[in-house]
Amino acid sequence: MTNSRKNRLKDKGFEYLGVACSLFGLVVLAIFIGDILADGLSRIDWDFLKSLPSRKPEKAGIFTAWTGSLWILVFTTIIAFPLAVSAGIYLEEYGGNGRWSSLLEVNISNLAGVPSIIYGLLGLEIFVRIFKMGNSVLAGAFALALLILPIIIVATREAIRTVPPSIRAASYALGATKWQTIWNQVLPASMGGIFTGVILAISRAVGETAPLIIVGALAYVPFAPSSPMDEFTVMPIQIFNWVSRPQHGFTVNAAAAIIILLLITFVMNGIAVYLRNKWQKKINW
Amino acid sequence: MSNKNTEKIIEWLLRLSALVTVLTTIGIIWVLLSESVSFFQEVSIIEFLTDTQWTPLYKDKHFGIMPLVSGTLLTTFIAVSVALPLGLVIAIYLSEYAPKKFRKTVKPLLEILAAVPTVVYGFFALMVVTPFLQTIIPNLSGFNALSAGIVMGIMIIPFVTSFSEDALQAVPKSLKHGAFALGSTRLQTSFRVMVPAASSGIVVSVILAFSRAIGETMIVAIAAGQQPRLTANPLVPIETITTYIVQVSLGDVPHGSLEYKTIFAAGMTLFVFTFILNNISFWIRKKFREKYD
Amino acid sequence: MKMDNHILESKSVNVYYDDMHALKNISMKLEANSVTALIGPSGCGKSTFLRVFNRMNDYIEAFRMDGEVLMEGKNIYHKKMQVDELRKSIGMVFQKPNPFPKSIFENVAYGLKIQGIKDKEFIQNRVEKSLQQAALWDEVKSDLNKSALALSGGQQQRLCIARALAVEPRVLLMDEPTSALDPISTAKVEELINELKQNYTIVIVTHNMQQASRLSDYTAFFYMGDLIEFGKTEEIFRNPKVERTQNYITGRFG
Repeated sequence: MTNSRKNRLKDKGFEYLGVACSLFGLVVLAIFIGDILADGLSRIDWDFLKSLPSRKPEKAGIFTAWTGSLWILVFTTIIAFPLAVSAGIYLEEYGGNGRWSSLLEVNISNLAGVPSIIYGLLGLEIFVRIFKMGNSVLAGAFALALLILPIIIVATREAIRTVPPSIRAASYALGATKWQTIWNQVLPASMGGIFTGVILAISRAVGETAPLIIVGALAYVPFAPSSPMDEFTVMPIQIFNWVSRPQHGFTVNAAAAIIILLLITFVMNGIAVYLRNKWQKKINW
Repeated sequence: MSNKNTEKIIEWLLRLSALVTVLTTIGIIWVLLSESVSFFQEVSIIEFLTDTQWTPLYKDKHFGIMPLVSGTLLTTFIAVSVALPLGLVIAIYLSEYAPKKFRKTVKPLLEILAAVPTVVYGFFALMVVTPFLQTIIPNLSGFNALSAGIVMGIMIIPFVTSFSEDALQAVPKSLKHGAFALGSTRLQTSFRVMVPAASSGIVVSVILAFSRAIGETMIVAIAAGQQPRLTANPLVPIETITTYIVQVSLGDVPHGSLEYKTIFAAGMTLFVFTFILNNISFWIRKKFREKYD
Repeated sequence: MKMDNHILESKSVNVYYDDMHALKNISMKLEANSVTALIGPSGCGKSTFLRVFNRMNDYIEAFRMDGEVLMEGKNIYHKKMQVDELRKSIGMVFQKPNPFPKSIFENVAYGLKIQGIKDKEFIQNRVEKSLQQAALWDEVKSDLNKSALALSGGQQQRLCIARALAVEPRVLLMDEPTSALDPISTAKVEELINELKQNYTIVIVTHNMQQASRLSDYTAFFYMGDLIEFGKTEEIFRNPKVERTQNYITGRFG
């Protein structure tokens, strides 16, 4: 076999390898999801969604878990959204290029790489103990808000960056102040990108387990929260708890809860992707 | 005019929001440091770094971090060994071979792998992967580093692919065309020209993959076990730094006790690892961007 | 009746971008309700000089200036001068039309909105008046809620003019307003400028000499940062005093 023929065969071989590898992860994921559906789909009914946790797997449900997740999501968003968007606006519009602004950038990049469990430790000491919030929804929300802050900040900055300088110039030339220009022109034009980032951040928060365990979300909570100072649990922790139990019934419950969690996650991500596409089409300066 | 003052106030409010990020970092360092310092007043650093047992919750207490570190590193290595070759091959394929349509559909699909909550991956590792592997490896125990590592690796593939592919795309087309003009196949061009040229980007993707795996909690907490063990054997239960922290948090350890402080000492160790890795990767990324700008 | 009819004046203005001396000792008086054209080859500083009057150069980091710039006798670079107030009396139209990604109505109303004007009827009347002044009203009156980005290039530029006029400035600065437009739109905008000059002072940067001679009452010829010659347009074009002016106008360079 000539050298070039060998090379071409290797080339073709790699091409097949490439396709195989690309599909490998997805195939494995499909197998996993298939297994989950097989295990858990039949368990899902209205009772499952409305029941409280119980020692008997057939009676246990995810009511406290999904209501807890909802409370956490709402409060995390309330805290994180204004903070992160403001920070993003500051860095992009007021920050400039100096040393201080590079420092802020490096710092945010670092925070994005800190393992989520560390945010749990931070939350435990600062919010649970020092600020005396206890093992409450509020403490968990603060910890998660800090965790997702970098995601929203980056999304905000990128969205703002796509607004062309000519729009700002036109606004200034009409006598608008800096903030008027940001509030009336820059922000409305960036909202699509910002929302996309927020939704992605929230869908990440929905799946977070470790920080909330550290902050003290309990595994067995027999009631849904009725105030931000209440104790709580969330979907991933409920799943974790059930997975750790030996009875097969709990494995089924875990699978069922996973289906619902995945549904929520995928729907949110889908919305974010849809928004991103829609927004990008709109921008044709 | 009130305008100027309002503008100043608004700027300060925005600035304070940005400063929250600085406060967060300071907070993290302060929390970890203060509890660790308190911990090290009772346990010597030497013991912490050299003892081969980690048994703070038992009667016979040992505080050697090495078993947890070895557990963390073992699962990490397995994860990166899965993610790196797969991720790199996929990146090269998508960048150099794949038709546009394939690339456009597959890339976002791969991102799904990164979007799945880790507790779900943990379930898979324990309930699907381990039983499956046990048919091939009969003495694989129910909790082990191998299953957890493999599943972590699959989760990390999009990280490696994303950064590596960007790095490959950033290589000037002229290099690629030069190689083709000399009669190279895509394979030869990819490995002899493109990958070396994109090496800093690829290195960054590896470092980030490492960092991500080291900090991972739920997959290992569910599937890798809770037995701190200084070993390189992937078939037995181990414990990672992250799993230990979860284990303590789920228990009834009183605030202020030595056992309580161990989670901060462990957390500090974890933070130092990921901090160093993240900074190296940030630094390399900066230099890399300068190269091609 | 004012003795001195000069609404804008520059006194020995020097502009620097870091070490580059972009404008050298420019002294000029501009008469109210006239059109002054700034001409000269690319890079001669005419756009920079235009921006001196509404302080849009302030956003360029490397910008430094000395000398005085007066509007109606007041130094606009004085520390106490509120820049946003200044721009309400000096409007600007840019080379490339830059309408906001909002409706036609919102574009024109924006200048009023940021001044805190809330009277809906007042705004509507002003918007209609400005669009009429910009000769755009008939073309858009059927749907003012349409997106400004859906208009043609020429229409967008006239929209930008309407937007600038809506706040009733005294002066209108125009930076090559027709260079990005097709000939028909250009003609429309030139017609507009001719009408506007009865009520506004207009300073227009143009690289098109025919346009300068058609539209302007006064012309200033810039070359490499220097003001070579300034005077009535007729004289500049028929009987320039400086040889360089003559060379530029007859097309020997530029």
